Amino acid sequence: MAHDARDRLNDFALKVGTVNGTGSASANSLLLQALFRMGIPVSGKNVFPSNIQGLPTWYEIRVNRDGYTARSPDFHLIVAMNPQSYERDIDEVLSGGWVLYDSTKELDDEILRDDVTFLGIPLARMCAERFERARERILMKNIGYVGALVALLDIEMDVVKGMLEEKFSHKPSLIDSNFTAIRMGADYAREHWDCPLPIRVRRMDATGDHVMVTGNAATALGCVYAGATVGAWYPITPATSVMDGFKEWCQRFRVDPDTGKHDYCIVQAEDELAAAGMVIGANWMGARAFTPTSGAGISLMSEFIGLAYYAEVPSVFVDVQRTGPSTGMPTRTQQGDLLLTAYASHGDTKHIALYPANPNECFEFAVAAFDLAERFQTPVFLLSDLDIGMNDWMIPKLEWDDDYRPDRGKVLTAEELEEAKSFYRYLDVDGDGVPYRTLPGAHPKGAYFTRGSGHDKYGKYTEDSDAYLEVVDRIARKIQSAAEHVPEPEVHAVDGGARHGIVSIGGCHWAVMEARDELLAEGVEIDYLRVRGFPFGEAVVRFLEEHDTVFVVEQNRDGQLRMLLSMETGCPRAKLIPVRYYGGQPLSKGHVLDAVRPALRAVLTEIAS
Amino acid sequence: MTYIAKPVARHPRMRTNALGLTPRDYEGTMSTLCAGCGHDSVTAALVQAFFELDVEPHRVAKLSGIGCSSKTPAYFVKEAHGFNSVHGRMPSIATGANAANRDLLYVGISGDGDSLSIGLGQLCHAIRRNVDMVYVLENNGVYGLTKGQFSASADLGSRSKYGEENRQGPIDPVSLALSLGATFVARSFSGDKHQLVPILKAGMKHRGFALVDVISPCVTFNDHKGSTKSYAHTRFHMQEVVETDFVPLRREIKADYDEGAVRTVKMHDGSEVRFRKVAADYNPTDRGTVLEYLRASREKGEVATGLLFLEENGLDMHAVENTVDTPLVDLPFVKLCPGSTKLEELQNEWR
Repeated sequence: MAHDARDRLNDFALKVGTVNGTGSASANSLLLQALFRMGIPVSGKNVFPSNIQGLPTWYEIRVNRDGYTARSPDFHLIVAMNPQSYERDIDEVLSGGWVLYDSTKELDDEILRDDVTFLGIPLARMCAERFERARERILMKNIGYVGALVALLDIEMDVVKGMLEEKFSHKPSLIDSNFTAIRMGADYAREHWDCPLPIRVRRMDATGDHVMVTGNAATALGCVYAGATVGAWYPITPATSVMDGFKEWCQRFRVDPDTGKHDYCIVQAEDELAAAGMVIGANWMGARAFTPTSGAGISLMSEFIGLAYYAEVPSVFVDVQRTGPSTGMPTRTQQGDLLLTAYASHGDTKHIALYPANPNECFEFAVAAFDLAERFQTPVFLLSDLDIGMNDWMIPKLEWDDDYRPDRGKVLTAEELEEAKSFYRYLDVDGDGVPYRTLPGAHPKGAYFTRGSGHDKYGKYTEDSDAYLEVVDRIARKIQSAAEHVPEPEVHAVDGGARHGIVSIGGCHWAVMEARDELLAEGVEIDYLRVRGFPFGEAVVRFLEEHDTVFVVEQNRDGQLRMLLSMETGCPRAKLIPVRYYGGQPLSKGHVLDAVRPALRAVLTEIAS
Repeated sequence: MTYIAKPVARHPRMRTNALGLTPRDYEGTMSTLCAGCGHDSVTAALVQAFFELDVEPHRVAKLSGIGCSSKTPAYFVKEAHGFNSVHGRMPSIATGANAANRDLLYVGISGDGDSLSIGLGQLCHAIRRNVDMVYVLENNGVYGLTKGQFSASADLGSRSKYGEENRQGPIDPVSLALSLGATFVARSFSGDKHQLVPILKAGMKHRGFALVDVISPCVTFNDHKGSTKSYAHTRFHMQEVVETDFVPLRREIKADYDEGAVRTVKMHDGSEVRFRKVAADYNPTDRGTVLEYLRASREKGEVATGLLFLEENGLDMHAVENTVDTPLVDLPFVKLCPGSTKLEELQNEWR
């Protein structure tokens, strides 16, 4: 497919192929950040192997003046730095595009294409000539291609220089060596090629109130701001950086300046089962505690999740989803845990879940997760994914209301217990399905037995049918009542409402938005609802009712969101058309359009006949 | 864990402790275990220990997993918060609870199935973290609730009620705990309250993880000839390696033994543990010699009992994590939330 390469100002995608463990990550983030600092909307997707060193790794950058930040697989330029992946990398560039490669060793003829332009730069040789140490030669090769791109794409040199000065302010010698490598690449490009290329950038003013951050960092910060004091976890990709972030912010904000003591406790558990137990134990005591994990961890935690559900212990589980089943592809993204988290554990269980689509929502929903967990005395899942969690996102600045106070729900204080005639843990005093709880150590009258075995409304062990039913039926009512308290869906509708709709979830958002805008531009009217919480509330039910056809866009094989919608709302499955992509990459607009366009044509034809 | 309330009967001359409470105030609901179960004796010993230490009942957190032993927290200290969790996972609940509120007295009750099979990993890691709690392992070598299967503590060659011979080697929780660096390791017998009560009291005062392995015979499934966890076998083979006294702070008791034979260890709160009648070649504060002694004693078929090892200067989880002295649950929200200005400053670094 030929493309018009003449008007790609601030609108193109490029992909860098390198070897993991060679320091390319910092070169790529330098590139991304430079574009961001030039005020141009940009997004970066790290496609990395589950490996420490030596395997192919890629970094994709999309520059888009209109602010679309979904992944774009239409690469106008490929930076091919890894001979292992030359063939597939060169194969991926759009016709009419460019391949920037290390020409120290020439490319094999059979992988060359005549519809793309090859830009060879002898980076390895140039680095060998300029730098002494072996490690430096490898690292600077990466900075060298950034230099070439500075010239090729017309990135402002001052911006890059300023960033190097900031980054290495503690070690000025690194500023010099890095800048030498940048100039080396840029000078070579200007001497040998027409710079800039038709794909190029020019300063804009579209990122001023924005920041670049990963979803996991934002989730961690949300946990800090929510007042979480105990974090228990077992390391797992792609959730590890949630706890890394929590630790970082705690060390920054939660260490007593006088004593050096911590206002938090992070426990690295022996496995996910123990992490779940610790979270439940800490919440039982009245702390706000959470665990970050991924799907495999949720599987392991499931027994404990059922305990927390039945014994009504608040708890927050962050699930940064990755590609399943089983170990799956640990470094690829998916939305495969929707059903798992909705009903985790044996017996009749159902859980509150929140579905953020970006780091802003990771931050806000993390706080909401603790409030909901305490208000409804139950596990709450924050369902992020690898794309949201680990990639850098350009987002509007996070905001915080200093008047916020945690919603601790119905917790009886020592004074209230002192006054009370009696206290029974599972009694539905207010008729809203939410009983009162007490915290251990507060007052002798508050004591009760927390247990996962059958209990009656007084908290006593029971094997009596009626006493059992009374409690489990109340819990079902309680969870359902949370539907109107989870974040409301985000709805984009045409005036008067369209006949057809899209329902989607989480990280699909930007791809759906971009696809929908393209459909609207083509004259196809379609509404869009993004679910943000579970159980589904009235707004979701209404949207399904009001549209003849609803495309359910999600990133898993079996259409889990579609199943959930149909099971939970009674919406006929026939009108829910599955649009699924589950290959492990973030969703792009093509996935949506390729499914929606023909289906919509079929639907329209059917209606016409 | 059937719930049967115990009638409140109070003898006017029943003794009271410093809080004005009687031993009755440390009891729970009626036990539903088999008549003669060793676990009920352990419960009685716990009641006495709590009473004698003047523990405020509502400042106790009692936890358990699943199994006969795990039912027993219902049978003591009814004004304490209890948590009957899932099988083998009580240590993690206790760890999280202790992380959140370090000021309560944590007592975990478990059994040999709960601790040495399904929960072995959690037990080991709670020991490694040195979570400040008393961990009572009511050890009878058999699964009771599921009717008589061997547990992981059943000795080689011991026979089940149905005549089957156990051919897998046992896991000895005492040696295990010692090798994992436990700072308080004891073994006792449910039939020896005189030995068990001071051990439990010392464990409650110990800062860190106190493992108390209690041979607690199962009268229904493992009290027959051929069992090595029966009352008769334990009584016959039990060898008290050290006798232990626990001396609470400010309550000096007259020693009725030769002072020269006493080894004293001071606890964190100033109370003391006194080891007496210690075997000549035994040093309860030296991990290496204790392990060696226990190995030799096991080979002779003896069941070594007593407070076998104590190290009072080990770092507990909070010391390692450097958490504040105030329980985390008591920290006010304003101290925990950095606020909008800090958020603005932080985000300036994200550009």
